[in-house]
Amino acid sequence: MTDTATNPFTGGVVGQRRVRKEDPALLTGEAKFIDDLHLPGALWVACVRSPHAHARISAIDTSAALTTDGVVTVYTGDDLTGDWAAPLPCAWPVTEDMKNPAHLPVAVGKANYAGDIVAVVVAESRYAAADGLEGVVVDYEPLDAVVTMEAARSDNVVIHDDLGTNVSYVWELTPDPDGLAAAFDEAAHHITETYLQQRLIPAAMEPRGVAAVPAPHNGDITLYSSTQIPHILKVMAAITLGLPEQKVRVVAPSVGGGFGSKLDVYAEEIICMALANRHGVPVRWTESRTEAAGSTIQGRGQIQTMELAADAEGRLKAVRATLVADMGAYLQLVTPGVPLLGAFLYHGLYDVPLYSFTCTGVFTNLTPTDAYRGAGRPEATYAIERAMDALAEAVGVGPDEIRSRNYIPADKFPYDSPAGLVFDSGNYQPTLDRAKELVDWDSLRTEQAQRRASGSKLHLGLGISSYVEMCGLAPSRTLAALNYSAGGWESATVRILPTCKVQVVTGATPHGQGHETCWSMIVADRLGVDPDDVEVLHSDTAITPLGMDTYGSRSLSVGGTALWMATEKVVGKATGIAAHMLEANPEDLEFSGGVFSVKGSPGSEVPLAGVAFGAFTAHDLPDGVEPNLEAQVTWDPTNFTFPFGTHIAVVEVDEDTGSVRLVDYGAVDDCGNQINPMIVEGQIHGGIVQGVAQALWEDAVYDDEGQLRSANLADYLVPSAAECIDMKLESTVTPSPTNPMGVKGIGEAGTIASTPAVINAVVDALRPLGVTDVAMPASPMNVRQAITAAEGGAS
Amino acid sequence: MEVSLTVNGAVRSAHVEARTLLVHLLRDELGLTGTNVGCDTSSCGACTVLIDGRSAKSCTLLAAQVDGAELTTIEGLAGDDGLHPMQQAFQDCHGLQCGFCTPGMVMAAISLVDEYPDLDGDSVREGLEGNLCRCTGYQNIVKAVLTAAGSE
Repeated sequence: MTDTATNPFTGGVVGQRRVRKEDPALLTGEAKFIDDLHLPGALWVACVRSPHAHARISAIDTSAALTTDGVVTVYTGDDLTGDWAAPLPCAWPVTEDMKNPAHLPVAVGKANYAGDIVAVVVAESRYAAADGLEGVVVDYEPLDAVVTMEAARSDNVVIHDDLGTNVSYVWELTPDPDGLAAAFDEAAHHITETYLQQRLIPAAMEPRGVAAVPAPHNGDITLYSSTQIPHILKVMAAITLGLPEQKVRVVAPSVGGGFGSKLDVYAEEIICMALANRHGVPVRWTESRTEAAGSTIQGRGQIQTMELAADAEGRLKAVRATLVADMGAYLQLVTPGVPLLGAFLYHGLYDVPLYSFTCTGVFTNLTPTDAYRGAGRPEATYAIERAMDALAEAVGVGPDEIRSRNYIPADKFPYDSPAGLVFDSGNYQPTLDRAKELVDWDSLRTEQAQRRASGSKLHLGLGISSYVEMCGLAPSRTLAALNYSAGGWESATVRILPTCKVQVVTGATPHGQGHETCWSMIVADRLGVDPDDVEVLHSDTAITPLGMDTYGSRSLSVGGTALWMATEKVVGKATGIAAHMLEANPEDLEFSGGVFSVKGSPGSEVPLAGVAFGAFTAHDLPDGVEPNLEAQVTWDPTNFTFPFGTHIAVVEVDEDTGSVRLVDYGAVDDCGNQINPMIVEGQIHGGIVQGVAQALWEDAVYDDEGQLRSANLADYLVPSAAECIDMKLESTVTPSPTNPMGVKGIGEAGTIASTPAVINAVVDALRPLGVTDVAMPASPMNVRQAITAAEGGAS
Repeated sequence: MEVSLTVNGAVRSAHVEARTLLVHLLRDELGLTGTNVGCDTSSCGACTVLIDGRSAKSCTLLAAQVDGAELTTIEGLAGDDGLHPMQQAFQDCHGLQCGFCTPGMVMAAISLVDEYPDLDGDSVREGLEGNLCRCTGYQNIVKAVLTAAGSE
């Protein structure tokens, strides 16, 4: 391992628990979310959505709607086909022969999931638009709905006639098939497990919203959207509508959470733009929470078959993961690629020579899936961490011991993974050791044994989850190898103003993470200015034209690196000007605390402020130096980054009722160098709860007809404070050697780690009853069913 | 119909349809967009305001029902001397991330502290059960409320 002691920050700002500069606006109502925008004269859109999961559209009668007060007009799919230059985009054709059905913003002829838009009402107010919905009468011929992945694979009902099958693609990575087969033949232990990743509703607290504002005479159009990806959206909207890209501006105002669900190009965005151009006035739409169930993507939705080959001591020799992944009715922006973001990590952080991953993506008549916090990596971590517990049982050792036997050793980094990645840095064992101490593992084991001996029906369970993830999406050449249609770079500009205040322009697009605070700290640390004197501009393609936006824990390791390099570039330029002012050689200057000084010549110095004003007046600049202190860098990462850690969940399971109570939680995470530990902890807290929610509460429940039964926040169990507990967090620091700041990323770690930790704990609690698996979410019903099944199996 | 009420100390009135929800009166007629709408089942609490000093979900009331009442919204908390102590505690404790649930969470927390003088972590968690946050995992929200209550 290299550079483990590296910390390039010397200004005393980075590393502080600094409160966020974003907060006052958010705390006072001053921040403007999409629905807060005041747009006089705007028309409101309401979407007529199919109530059927699969149905032909026989006829649409809009007459009653057209006579409703305030309704301006109604458009059906047929009315608008000429407005689309291309279907809604999927940017990730994962195989050459991947099947991708045409996905029109407003369906024509057939609806393919409950929520598919079949007409749009345009009205003078949001209430009138909702009234208009009542007046649109659609005749449907319901068809059999494909609800399960098994039904999809059978092709008994084919959803998209022109494709001839429900299988979108089969993607495989098996570097050494013969070696793999031999490893399984020779294995002392061959573990085979099957897990179901239930569908999840991302449920960012702010529903989505769109406002398209046209300038009819010069052809400009501005799209305001509650999106994570204004830059990608600008390109895609121009393509989808056939608009000249230079006339399209996309602005993400304050965005109330995303978690991947706002990493997309949605029908409503394209519809509002098309209608704004048609009507020549602003057109807007705000999603209701119940509507979101059928209009915003869902996460997960996989059947995983996990096989481990190990020797007699439980040392892994091979891992084979076989997935079926539910695409839903259509391929959204990166739908088919989501399972592939986990494809390289099904061996977890274990040293395994042989590896295989295969995923079959299938269409169903359900809401499309796409990226949801962790995107592929929580699924991978769940599979390997659940399977490792099964292996521990087979070998007859504890879950801690089986992990210790298999961790990639600290002296093996950079590690060439069997899936073809190079893990940058890692030191895994200390995270397990410390996590055990945080929850007092040994005492809990004693208490667990005592409870079991006493015949208690309140069972204690301990669950471990060690994880490695890959962040910093992504080296563009790697994306090319995966057939992704864009690059993975990020851009930053640092601009020192005449008064020595600083503007930073970033292509990353925050929606709650705290970029403004962290970016200010990075720049302030280097330039010796106050972080409050640094303004961070973002989320508007007219202000920040270059960007690839925020997802996949990429902002800091990719966008932050661009920022670091742009800062260095500005310092380099300022050094040249300072040297000229001091009549010294640039090589003889040092820059510290905001002052340039000549080494070895006390008093011969000029502050950055002097250089900044000198660059502005340009009265005496060196020959060939442009009069500004500004630099822009676009950074394409050379590798992913690989954060890691160990989480331990402690639960109490009531054998009689099946209820599960979270008792304690300890997490030790390593995301490399930290810019602001307070923000790091906040990301971990929220991430853990989101993952725990998959384990215990959340489930997008569909009935046999493809109707979502948990479509709102009364039925879909997003946890409240009352279900959650205080978590114990610690961190280790193993800097990444692949970027100058040594950072890795922390946006998704909590979600990735916590789900298997909790289910491992639930199963651990119930193991004396013969339970070896509990379906997620581990609701009282699912726990009781697992107990009953185990009792049946034992009799 | 005409609705008249006191909002953040000022008498305001508006002409609205009888079916208008209070939250839409505040947001669309009075321009007070700090109060957010996060759901349609009274589950999330993003729309929480104080009506005559007690927290209420403004998506669950008609504007007509609060005629003559005295309301406080998130816009009415901070003054010339800075943030309200609850707002300040949320910032100091990192009790918000995306900030969308925050106005409702802060209003509910103010009401909670006002009604229950002896709060601890568990009672804060129970008391805020009607307000959902997707970002923070609640730990720092609980800390903020206890801090503002002087219990931590």
